[in-house]
Amino acid sequence: MSSELSGSVAIHCEGLGKRYRVGQRQRYRALRDTISDTLRAPFRFVRQAFTAPIAGERGPEFLWALKDVSLEVRHGEALGIIGRNGAGKSTLLKILSHITKPTEGQAAIRGRVGTLLEVGTGFHPELTGRENIYLNGAILGMKRREIERRFDEIVEFSECGRFLDTPVKHYSSGMYMRLAFAVAAHLDTEILLVDEVLAVGDAAFQKKCLGKMGDVAHQGRTVLFVSHNLVAVESLCTRAVCLHDGKIAMEGPPNVVASRYLKEWIPSSTEIVYDDIATAPGNEMFRLRRACVRPVNGSRSDLITVRTAFAVEFEYWKLVPHSLFLDVYVYNETGILLFNTASFDEPPNPQGLLRSRIVVPGDLLNNGTHCIKFFVSLGGNHVVFEADDLLVFEVHDASSDLRGPYHGAWPGAVRPFVEWDTECIEARGTNDSKRV
Amino acid sequence: MLTQRNPLGRHHFQHGIRHDFFAYGCCPCAKISVPRSWICNRLIPHAYGSALAIPRRFSGTEKLGRLASHLKLEAHVNNAIETLPRRECPALVITGRSKISWALAVRELWQYRELLYFLVWRDVKVRYKQTVLGLAWAVVQPLFIALTLSLFLGRLAKLPSGGVPYIVFAYTAMVPWQLFASALTDSSNSLVANERLITKVYFPRVVVPMSTVLGGLVDFTVAFAVLIPFLAYYHITPTVTALAAPFFVLLAALISFGAGLWLSALNVQYRDVRYTVGFLIQLWFFLTPVVYPSSVVPEKWRALYGLNPMAGVVEGFRWALLGTGEAPVRLVSVSVLAAALIVVSGFYYFRHMEDTFADVI
Repeated sequence: MSSELSGSVAIHCEGLGKRYRVGQRQRYRALRDTISDTLRAPFRFVRQAFTAPIAGERGPEFLWALKDVSLEVRHGEALGIIGRNGAGKSTLLKILSHITKPTEGQAAIRGRVGTLLEVGTGFHPELTGRENIYLNGAILGMKRREIERRFDEIVEFSECGRFLDTPVKHYSSGMYMRLAFAVAAHLDTEILLVDEVLAVGDAAFQKKCLGKMGDVAHQGRTVLFVSHNLVAVESLCTRAVCLHDGKIAMEGPPNVVASRYLKEWIPSSTEIVYDDIATAPGNEMFRLRRACVRPVNGSRSDLITVRTAFAVEFEYWKLVPHSLFLDVYVYNETGILLFNTASFDEPPNPQGLLRSRIVVPGDLLNNGTHCIKFFVSLGGNHVVFEADDLLVFEVHDASSDLRGPYHGAWPGAVRPFVEWDTECIEARGTNDSKRV
Repeated sequence: MLTQRNPLGRHHFQHGIRHDFFAYGCCPCAKISVPRSWICNRLIPHAYGSALAIPRRFSGTEKLGRLASHLKLEAHVNNAIETLPRRECPALVITGRSKISWALAVRELWQYRELLYFLVWRDVKVRYKQTVLGLAWAVVQPLFIALTLSLFLGRLAKLPSGGVPYIVFAYTAMVPWQLFASALTDSSNSLVANERLITKVYFPRVVVPMSTVLGGLVDFTVAFAVLIPFLAYYHITPTVTALAAPFFVLLAALISFGAGLWLSALNVQYRDVRYTVGFLIQLWFFLTPVVYPSSVVPEKWRALYGLNPMAGVVEGFRWALLGTGEAPVRLVSVSVLAAALIVVSGFYYFRHMEDTFADVI
């Protein structure tokens, strides 16, 4: 039945734009501002109070969070929306879900819209899990009958059945998020707008959430899915758009958009070059000329994935005859020191321009942003040169991983490739032996 | 995927197809038919594999029997839905300027009545959690204020109380006043307090201040329930005029709702409101005949006094329950007009501002 409709247009946007005053989200007018204005221009207060504060009407400090976005989504499509923070992804979802009005342009929507901009909206810490399921469901737009019908499913999904009658303020944060996501996941509307809600709970629950989102996307419902998890977008969505500075920068198959997005917009400094020995960082003993990180078998513009080995190179002027310690520290995005490696040039290398290179094997780092600290010393406490965050680079998730259908985040500081081997020791019955 | 309601409640959708409202779909097997209303009420997904999809004219056992004979019930239901006459539905259009009409706004509010219910329920449940006295606070508060007032104003200042004991005079007025004051305080802060909801979910914003006023009515009910034995203790038996009391309660709720619409919307933009409300209510308290009878106001100004709509409420409520004096008709009618003005203008202002709430809050 839905097949005949699956081609029809669900969402049609034309020239959507949203303008905010800079800082508007944080700053509200204090009455004293208005009063001082009023003294200068009587009656303005009255006029102002009746004028909807359309963002950016006065003054030049406004910002187009979204500009000229035209988009068409068909029924049954799962559209991934990617882009950096502040690219306008959430603003787009807010407009489509009717929370805020566009400054210009229009959107037409056919079908009931469900919005998941956040999990656990409206959860009240004093209420029990059971009560919060009803409250949150009602807030998300579910009818009481719907909630009752799906109550058991929700409880089962959340794995919080034992604590159903405990106020959620006594829940662990993991349980809280699980319950919140469970309610949200059972919202069945024709169109679902989802904003980065998968990053909840522990790894096992994240897998479950991703699986659930996959079900939703493959059920033939219309999903707009905002995520930073590109691998999830690639596997869940049928099409993707990339927003940049409020505009649609590209559109197309998810894998194409994702890889172009990574190359063009991920902030990183994978190379630093100082040509002039006089201004290069360092001192009379050591000056840095160049530092760079790149895949071992490729150029700097190629992606480093969790599987690839990569090299870190340093070129520097050694200006003293004696030995120097070179130290490299690799940190992950949470600031955890993953490892440290050092070289001691004994016998001392000659003075002059030198190049040192380390190779980090593949299947070691987890995906995410990493940074490198470079440290030169004479041994002991005598620091010659020190640079925190000298290089910042991204290790990307590889979707062609041999780890089954799961595409979510893998917890842990490192992600070694571990061989799994399972063999049947003793079969139990014909049916069971197949499963083993 | 079956039919669901559009959040705006304008039309019923089935993947963008609208059904005629009174249609009745029928499976070619002629055993299962689906009334349109079931689809509206979203019973159909629920009806899969249940007896609901069998027409009502069959009895329970028949339904079960037929259910057993319909192993592929789902297909039958789908067939029945297919036969419903359908046409393309108009899309919901979002633009910067357009507003839905008043009529649609009311329908939309009706659609969200369950949310309203749950918000009221939440407020009431949460309000007295982890308190020892619990709901008794709804009585203790006005009672103690009335006691204090009767001690200082009744005994010491010897304010007139229209022939009833001063404490009765004061408590009878405190009950509707407390409803008004707490509902106004809560509702003016309601939008800001529910900021997360406003910025993350869509629903008609008016639900939020409305729920706080309805929550206040729950407290009122408790305080009122205590009022009756309280009156009996002082040998005052309410007469038929007591039947008018609910009208004044409703009026008080409406006034606080109307003022709450104004203040909550203003509070989104100007946080000063939060600090002003307490002061405003205190001032209003002394402009309202709670601690003194309205008879202290000269006769010729009495109607004008009704421009404070709470004056009409308090005098009216007291008249209804205590039966003192004659009905304050003129005062009350002016108050009703003033209340209507507050509510209508509040609605206008709220509607005017509500689109910007999510951006400004």
